[in-house]
Amino acid sequence: MPAVAGPRIHRVSVITIAALAVFVAAVLALVAADLWFTDADSMAEVLAKQEVRHAVRLSLATSGATLVLVVAFSIPVGYALSRYRFPGSVVLDAIVDLPIVMPPVIVGISLLVFFRTPVGRWIESIEWLRFVYTVKGIVLCQFFMTASLGIRAAKAAFDAADRRLEHLALTLGCTHWQAFRMVALPMARSGLAAGAVMAWARAVGVFGPLLIFVGAVPMRTTVMSTVIYLEVSVGRIEPALAVAMLLLAMAMVTLVLLHWLGSGRRQWWAP
Amino acid sequence: MIRISGLAFRAGDFRVEVASLAVESSEYFVLLGPNGSGKTLLLSCLCGLARAERGTVIVGGRDVTGLEPRLRQIGYVPQDYGLFPHLDVARNLTFALRARGVRHKEALSRLGPLIDMLGLRGLLAHWPLTLSGGERQKVAVARALAIEPALLLLDEPVSALDGPTRAEVLEQLHRVQRQLALTTIHVCHSLDEAAAVADRAGVMIGGRLVQAGRLEDLIARPEGPEVARLLRVGRGNVE
Repeated sequence: MPAVAGPRIHRVSVITIAALAVFVAAVLALVAADLWFTDADSMAEVLAKQEVRHAVRLSLATSGATLVLVVAFSIPVGYALSRYRFPGSVVLDAIVDLPIVMPPVIVGISLLVFFRTPVGRWIESIEWLRFVYTVKGIVLCQFFMTASLGIRAAKAAFDAADRRLEHLALTLGCTHWQAFRMVALPMARSGLAAGAVMAWARAVGVFGPLLIFVGAVPMRTTVMSTVIYLEVSVGRIEPALAVAMLLLAMAMVTLVLLHWLGSGRRQWWAP
Repeated sequence: MIRISGLAFRAGDFRVEVASLAVESSEYFVLLGPNGSGKTLLLSCLCGLARAERGTVIVGGRDVTGLEPRLRQIGYVPQDYGLFPHLDVARNLTFALRARGVRHKEALSRLGPLIDMLGLRGLLAHWPLTLSGGERQKVAVARALAIEPALLLLDEPVSALDGPTRAEVLEQLHRVQRQLALTTIHVCHSLDEAAAVADRAGVMIGGRLVQAGRLEDLIARPEGPEVARLLRVGRGNVE
């Protein structure tokens, strides 16, 4: 598209770019403050602690498991929301979004309450399926906090993939499953991947529900976010910041990946 | 050959009815009609993407009315060609064979004669987005022919092309159809286009097939004022 004639600097460009600059400066100021408050030595010291290393490992393991679960759910659920219309589908669509708008603490309380109901007690009675105050509970909290994001991203990705091409695949000899696997899924894969990355990034940072549902028992149920809380609660800001810096670095890598998937890779089929 | 009798189906509030239509083997049949007359819907029903409420569709002696699209062996080329944007031309062409479990390389080798017939050899590594309209059309036709269809359905195959390309593509379509002796139904608006390829033609108005026969007969003896008005435009678009 050719450039619009006229001055390149006008009121709209000045206001919007100024707003952008203020916001970026605010974010960078926070990061700079964190960096100023801590140093490499104290970071190394904190990261050498067994409790912290355990929390990092547990964060990565649980968020990895959550990622697998979110992907396994978000693809079929997002596809169903995108492709099928049935009575009550609008309500179901809204319910899927509920965990996004629910205050995180309420997710933790709701999970705790659920496992005091007869159904919850029955689940807890199964030896290998206990959730309350266990590592599996961490995954459950992370899943509830992030699945909606994955599902929403999957629905958007399938919405963008032309449904008529799946129909055409049927005339070319595909079963419905093959049309899904050979057409819908590859066409939606950039959006699906971006949704998965976003969900994983959020899972690593989940905090509120964990504190209520699984507690913060060192070397058992503490993850990076709860380590930060425990350190701050006893007035140790530097160790908390060291872990926070690690989380921040992981978040940055995730965001770069997300933007790569969401922009340049959006037209990955183009030459 | 294809025989349609008592076919009726609904798309929302719009009803499509074809009381009787026979298209002979190797015949090139053109379906004319204004926008919104149900031509595309009829093609969708023939290839199984819309469910018939009643009536029968017999293709090559086989009743395909209740069959899933994949079992009908009907090639369908939609108006926008429907190339898969995430696959290069080669993989678009081998799509149907790969769905049947044939490996890509073997499928490509099997499709060699078809690829050469349509002059697509030089385009195999290209992506659909980089092709011209005429090239996309050829790839879409070749992809539909890869299933060795008993019937080929073309939905306004040249409507998106410019004049010279349109004539060239029409000529090629006609040649390929003759070469493969393929029963073909071609939907379009233009009498010129119909005259260039049709053995026979039919006119659809308001969801109903109102007349079918040789194009000259339709023009000479239109059944009813609506058909007459449609065909009166002569060498222009039927609107």
